[in-house]
Amino acid sequence: MTTANTQTSAREMIARPPLVLGAHTHATVTDKICGLVEQRKTPLAWWIAFAISASLATLLGALIVYLISTGIGIWGLCIPVGWGFDITNFVFWVGIGHAGTLISAILFLFRQKWRTSINRAAEAMTIFAVICAGVFPGIHVGRVWFAYWLFPIPNQMNVWPQFRSPLIWDVFAVGSYFTVSLLFWYMGMIPDLASLRDRAVNKIRFWAYGLLALGWRSSQRHWHRYEMAYLLLAALATPLVLSVHSVVSMDFATSVLPGWHTTIFPPYFVAGAIFSGFAMVVTLLAPSRRFFGLQDFITDRHLENMNKIILATGSMVGYAYMIEYFTAWYSGNLFERFTFLNRAMGPFMWAYWTMVTCNVLVPQFFWFKKIRTSFYPMMIVCLLVNVGMWFERFVIIVTSLSRDYLPSSWGSYRPTWVEIGMLAGSFGLFMTLFLLFIRFLPFMAMAEVKAVITDAEHGHYSIDTGAGLTGYVEHPGGAA
Amino acid sequence: MSAPAAVNTKTVAVLAQFATADQLLSAARAIRDAGYTHWDCHTPFPLHGLDRAMGIRRTKLPWLVLGGGLLGLLTALLMQLWMNGVSYPLVISDKPIFSVPANIPIAFELTVLFSAFGAFFGMLALNNLPLHYHPLYNNPEFRRATNDGFFISIEAKDERFDPSATIQLLNSLGARTVQNVEEME
Repeated sequence: MTTANTQTSAREMIARPPLVLGAHTHATVTDKICGLVEQRKTPLAWWIAFAISASLATLLGALIVYLISTGIGIWGLCIPVGWGFDITNFVFWVGIGHAGTLISAILFLFRQKWRTSINRAAEAMTIFAVICAGVFPGIHVGRVWFAYWLFPIPNQMNVWPQFRSPLIWDVFAVGSYFTVSLLFWYMGMIPDLASLRDRAVNKIRFWAYGLLALGWRSSQRHWHRYEMAYLLLAALATPLVLSVHSVVSMDFATSVLPGWHTTIFPPYFVAGAIFSGFAMVVTLLAPSRRFFGLQDFITDRHLENMNKIILATGSMVGYAYMIEYFTAWYSGNLFERFTFLNRAMGPFMWAYWTMVTCNVLVPQFFWFKKIRTSFYPMMIVCLLVNVGMWFERFVIIVTSLSRDYLPSSWGSYRPTWVEIGMLAGSFGLFMTLFLLFIRFLPFMAMAEVKAVITDAEHGHYSIDTGAGLTGYVEHPGGAA
Repeated sequence: MSAPAAVNTKTVAVLAQFATADQLLSAARAIRDAGYTHWDCHTPFPLHGLDRAMGIRRTKLPWLVLGGGLLGLLTALLMQLWMNGVSYPLVISDKPIFSVPANIPIAFELTVLFSAFGAFFGMLALNNLPLHYHPLYNNPEFRRATNDGFFISIEAKDERFDPSATIQLLNSLGARTVQNVEEME
């Protein structure tokens, strides 16, 4: 190591930091990641976090029962504001999910190896976010017992869904997205579940992880097809994730409401989704890595890279806000112009300016490396981005609905305590699922991390992992 | 895990463990060149270059995925045509009963969904998974294959398999340990 270091010191000065720090071998990776699941005593902090989240999730369940048994009159919706917190939450949560797929699929296709230690947790986040999202359209239909009309299954009226409606596109887009994300996540986990099975010290573990691992025996003939399947799933998930928020945006864009009826919506929604999703990934991973001592795997570089993406996508979102104003002015359409003036200066201007501050101004702090790499500043920025992105959806939905063409049909909207409780409850559900994931499933893609360590041994990255692998000296300091 | 003496066991494979990934790679080349067919490598992660070293032919999985995608596309288009155009024609704003542009989003989603099914279930089917029992797990050492062990297994049903010569070959290739894998008869 010492000779290599002196020879390559100049190269190292400009080299990227390694993907995995510390002297990790294949076995220590297994021990560390499996250890999180296998530790006998659940940490007290986990129980506290779980108690809070599970209580909030229970609140959500109770409020759903209240809603279904009473009717959506307990929400603050009215005519013309027929969508409020419900659809705001739906769009917000679907958007959160997008970062997970971006990390797992798009960064995989671009050979961004730094994704390996964060993709598992990010994909889990995707699935839990889509579950939270799915709750709201399901319950907002009013007569929940007819929610199956959304699906192309025979019903008592012999009518099929109306396939020209973007609301049905939404059902298919979100449904496919959830299913494909689940397959991708589960498939990635099979080798790691087999690791847990092979280390199992009791029958329950052996059976549970054994069933989930499907008899995986690390065969190279299996790995060959597995890697191909993984690559193809990544290639399929990439256009899928871009389509999902595009379709969600068409729920708005295909209507004729001023402020909704615009062609910029699909890319604008996708950029916003990735932006908010990455903020949520950082919000979850920065504390988790500290709590579980995973700094060797989720390094400062990981967090910094994600914060750079937040900065980039946040600026794209800011650009989209500007273009919306330009289009409204340039269109010469009085209603469009009014809508956007109303957003910035009307009764919901507080929400609008919260959104602009959190989404456009706050991420600009990430131009400073110090802020990108320190825990508390980055947590504050990311939490504010989440607030801002929730308000973005609120502003789009409520300002446009409350002020449409005819002043005589204008209205206003005020959420009730039930809606606020459901929003809090959806965060509870999300955190409950995430905490269960941390406790029972492998938090990191061990097999992928091991492959990265081995690549480093090949000389792709000049680090000493002490893995005891030699014989790759034919590429000293090789191509990056 | 040695079986009780009263039960007859037979050797179904030999299992060789190698200390490092590159030893495994060169050993795999040698086994391939020796003409074995019923053998496999077991590594905790996909080892690059091992496919070629073992002489594994490219999987036909992409064709299954393509088939899944086409099936999804066809399903989506026929479903929308039949449901809105034939079974119960829905006239909305005097638009055509069947117009492709309005049907594209669902056609796209189902294409991706069915392709993903093809990738996931196709991978499992070609790998003959799920499998609830495999004799290799009768050897307790084999559990390291999902941790940090690099293994080669050669099955006894291979034509070139010879109880002593095969073990000798594996030893000469630098295997750390070579053990028989037993199975109850």
